[in-house]
Amino acid sequence: MDQFLQHAANGLILGGTYALLGIGLTLIFGIMRVVNFTHGELYTFGAYMVFCFATVLEVDFYVSLAAAVILGVVLGALVELILLRPLRGADIDTTMLVMIGAWIALQNGEQLLWGGVAKSVSHPFPAEPLVIGPVSVAELRLFVILVALALLVGVYLLIHKTKLGKAMRATFQDRETASLMGVNIDAIHTATFALGSGLAAAAGALLGPVFVVNPTMGDLVALKAFAIVILGGLGNIVGATLGGFILGLVEEFGACYVSSGYRDAMGFLLIIVVLFFKPTGLFARKERVG
Amino acid sequence: MRRLLPWLFVVFLASVPQWMHDQYFLHVLINTGIFTIAAMSLNLLLGFTGQLSLGHVAFFGIGAYTSALVSLGFDLHFNDSYVFVFERKPVWFAFVCGIAVAGLCGWAIGRLSFKVRGAYFVIVTISFAQVMRLVALNWVDLTEGPMALNNIPPITLGIPGIWELTFLRKLPNYYLILCVAVLSYIVIHRLVHSRAGRAFIALRENEPLAASVGIDVTRYLVLATAVSAGMAGAAGGLYTHYVRIVDPDIFLFIYTVTMVIMVISGGKGTLAGPIVGGLIFGMLPQVLREFARPEAQWIIYGVAMMVIVLFLPQGIVPAISALWRRRSGRSPDRSDPESKTMAGLHTAPGAAP
Repeated sequence: MDQFLQHAANGLILGGTYALLGIGLTLIFGIMRVVNFTHGELYTFGAYMVFCFATVLEVDFYVSLAAAVILGVVLGALVELILLRPLRGADIDTTMLVMIGAWIALQNGEQLLWGGVAKSVSHPFPAEPLVIGPVSVAELRLFVILVALALLVGVYLLIHKTKLGKAMRATFQDRETASLMGVNIDAIHTATFALGSGLAAAAGALLGPVFVVNPTMGDLVALKAFAIVILGGLGNIVGATLGGFILGLVEEFGACYVSSGYRDAMGFLLIIVVLFFKPTGLFARKERVG
Repeated sequence: MRRLLPWLFVVFLASVPQWMHDQYFLHVLINTGIFTIAAMSLNLLLGFTGQLSLGHVAFFGIGAYTSALVSLGFDLHFNDSYVFVFERKPVWFAFVCGIAVAGLCGWAIGRLSFKVRGAYFVIVTISFAQVMRLVALNWVDLTEGPMALNNIPPITLGIPGIWELTFLRKLPNYYLILCVAVLSYIVIHRLVHSRAGRAFIALRENEPLAASVGIDVTRYLVLATAVSAGMAGAAGGLYTHYVRIVDPDIFLFIYTVTMVIMVISGGKGTLAGPIVGGLIFGMLPQVLREFARPEAQWIIYGVAMMVIVLFLPQGIVPAISALWRRRSGRSPDRSDPESKTMAGLHTAPGAAP
């Protein structure tokens, strides 16, 4: 039972960051109809930026985190402005191929810049874990889940309580009508992509110090984000949040009770099960068929 | 003239080893040929049905591993008491097994992901390739994991003891791969010009319309996936018996990207496209490696991909044939199912089963 609780805690902590990734991806797909293959690279970018600031330049850890997220937002906005804006109205396959090209270029750019050796990020948290009853959690991981939860709540509030969020939801439902109502679609697209990218960078910045940072770390994570998005139904924000936590728990328990070698395959297994029994996603509303 | 051109090209390719004696160049050509076959199989899906398989390397790798394992023999330990021993089989049989298993996997993936349309197929195939890599890494009993399968026998044809031809050296391998490539081309040509091919194009152009005239869209998509996967498996089998070693890195995503670039640069949905793209992007790394690091090469690949999609979205072959038509003043051939017009649809109702 103690072991069960420990794994549940680990799964939830992992799930928090997965949810961040999933929300970003699903927002971008839902609003822009773009399958964003650079998502994993933004995650990697966030992690490298924290490494760059906190370890190389020895800036304060929290400042580094904030800087990484802000730079992620900026990079996302640039990708949208340079690559996606000229492709507005192109079919989904064309944008997909361009995004794959961007993915390869970004990833190898990072490899060229930082080298292939994995880096570890210095952080101010003590190494010995906090023991709460039967569960022991590293303080760093606790910090990660708290920040992730705060960001999740923040995104929820942004989308449901602000004017920008309202415009996003309107674009999500019907681009033409939203445009007729005076919503600046261009600005919404840039904002959406920047927000999604910022969330991915935040996830990378948070998990970078927990694991190690290397140029290909984004690949698996991007696949997991896709799994989460399918799990929740393409374009479904609440679904992606829950999907993130589900994937975190399934991975953790799968690694513990089935086989740790196949830990990263659990997401794919989930996709198969979901597509087999409920192809439109666990939490899909009817019109959300991608 | 148009009918003769492909055969002239084949004769030219067959003559290459006669005047080019550089062994390394031959090796590059063989690799290019293998990946061109894989690109042709991808084109069947991406070009003719409009479905992007981003895990095509999975079928390539499954073909390679299956063919290697069947020709080497293997044993599985289920528990301490029961051991399943698989004796080694002739290589041609292993090669056929590789095609069959890859095709079967394609069928399963198609059945699963074409329950829904849109981006699902892309995501399922890409994850599938990743999982195959994990399986190849972790199932050490079967695949030797990162230690790789070694000493894979080369392909042999003929009757054992009487007359045998072993494809051990580069030259026979070159001709073998050329033969398989021509065969694959003919298979795709026949398929695309059949009822099934017209159905593929119809559903690519307008799926609801295709469905409304009675084309069982999902069935045809699954069929295309299975054929395409089997062909990729054949390429994988050729690869594994040529290099005679196979490790989990065969499932790397970058190989899928290579295939995709070959198809879209050459011209998706044209028969010649993947061959042109395959020759360009099969040779390009050899040119680039002289003066660029691998990372820089991949950056060039990525940028090339974006540039091609943005500025030459139809690919090289359609661009050239459009130029050709303009010069000779002919109107586009409307009965040609390869042309990216709606012309394919006019023949579609006849394709209804």
